[in-house]
Amino acid sequence: MKTLKSVGYLLGLPVILLLWWWIGTSGEANFFVPTPAKLVTTFIDTWFGERMLTDVLPSIMRLVVGVLAAIVLGIVLGLAVGLNRTMRAVTEPVFEFFRALPPPVLVPVLMLLVGINDGMKIAVIISGCVWPVLLNTIEGVRSIDPVQNETSKSYGITGFSRIRYQILPSATPTIMAGVRQALSIGLILMVISEMFASSSGLGFTIVQFQRSFAVPEMWSGIVVLGLIGVALSFIFQWVERRVLRWYHGLKEVENAV
Amino acid sequence: MTQMTESSTRAAAKVKVSRAPSKGWPKWVLGLIGIVVFLGFWELMPILGVVQAKYLPPASEVIAALIADLGFTAFWVAVGDTLLAWAIGLVIAVVAALILGLVIGMSPFLRRFSNSSIEFLRPIPSVALIPLAVLLFGIKIESSLLLIVYACFWQVLIQVLYGVADVDNVAMQTAKSYGFSYVQRVRDVVFPTMLPYLMTGIRLAASVALILAITAELLIGSPGLGREIALAQSGGAISGMYALILATGFLGVAINSVTRIVEKRVLSWHPSVRGEATV
Repeated sequence: MKTLKSVGYLLGLPVILLLWWWIGTSGEANFFVPTPAKLVTTFIDTWFGERMLTDVLPSIMRLVVGVLAAIVLGIVLGLAVGLNRTMRAVTEPVFEFFRALPPPVLVPVLMLLVGINDGMKIAVIISGCVWPVLLNTIEGVRSIDPVQNETSKSYGITGFSRIRYQILPSATPTIMAGVRQALSIGLILMVISEMFASSSGLGFTIVQFQRSFAVPEMWSGIVVLGLIGVALSFIFQWVERRVLRWYHGLKEVENAV
Repeated sequence: MTQMTESSTRAAAKVKVSRAPSKGWPKWVLGLIGIVVFLGFWELMPILGVVQAKYLPPASEVIAALIADLGFTAFWVAVGDTLLAWAIGLVIAVVAALILGLVIGMSPFLRRFSNSSIEFLRPIPSVALIPLAVLLFGIKIESSLLLIVYACFWQVLIQVLYGVADVDNVAMQTAKSYGFSYVQRVRDVVFPTMLPYLMTGIRLAASVALILAITAELLIGSPGLGREIALAQSGGAISGMYALILATGFLGVAINSVTRIVEKRVLSWHPSVRGEATV
């Protein structure tokens, strides 16, 4: 009974929405909205085949490479800057500017500087995603409990082991918040860089469908992007749970008191 | 972010006590040095031939172009268009998310019932809607609005739901036993608890809205700074393009600072002087 109830909660609203969509489109043919059945068949015909290898997987590869590179770069730079008070003060205004700069405007810039190729698309993703990670790492390092720092000092924990065992763990919750922002920006930039200047990739294909008024195909592309977004969010939640298990445990204990 | 935490008095006091005042220069001088070094670097790159000047003009040239832009009506019209789409989109998203968030959050049934749909719809990137926006609205401002509202709505909704869930149970029960009506409960019990969360949501949504306003203008061609950037780029006015990009950056900085100030003002009464909520 209990599982039945939770299944009802899980699927209730989606089923209602699907029914609504189905009933809404089953009457007269609507040019802008395909019927659910039509969308499913178009989805399978369009994306399971050659297009998977030529457009979808390369896009996802670029996204993964770009985001991972941005995370590594952001954390390394963030540690270097965050651990030094002077560096922090020197870089703050410039970094704040780059964080406030809407990342899509980097697409035309990098098109000029790098040219139109895979490198440009990855560069766009890196240059957009690095700021939230970088700034959150700096903030995470800056706001470490001073008692911890002094304890490290008195115990003679310095250099790499201090970063590995004291700095990084305390900064991780903040860094993860930055990584989450970076993921959604990365997905946006992946699509935009392909829509702007490209002859392949998901973004390009979807715009192509829209320009040729292939509406069901266009919707199926939107569904693909949605699925990628959902998958990324689940992967992130899984990673975050593993990386921050100790932290969530600690919070629970604190909240329980 | 740093500025915000520094200036929230309690945190600043703590930091100052634990760390002796540094011997060096004050913070703003160091920041200024950072800006000068950055600009110098930028100025030298094309001059030394690291990159071609036709792809990255020296900083002085770009800044001159930006100053020239400030005298043109067309520039201010573009800024106005961008800000208009930003503001309308943000307001629609915040109002819709606030109302829906309160209704859903107040009812445990609705919260469980809608959870799966929200978790599924939320991560869908709003840029996926670009083709739909073009199909429905073409290059009108509605295209920008569709993207902005979709992206901002979830940011605010999630925060409102967190905020409502954070309401103290005892306070809620007390209000109920004193015969508070639904509206009174929302206004006097839920709202004060939720407000910090709502403000966080609005602050995040404000910067997301700018990103999407610029994106829509850049890709779809709805009126605003983004379209001017695309036009400058295709027209080969490279310093003009960089000047406009600088302008969008300053717009972003301005929006960030205004939302931070508003947030601080609105929450100045809040008993738990909240640290920066990291989202």
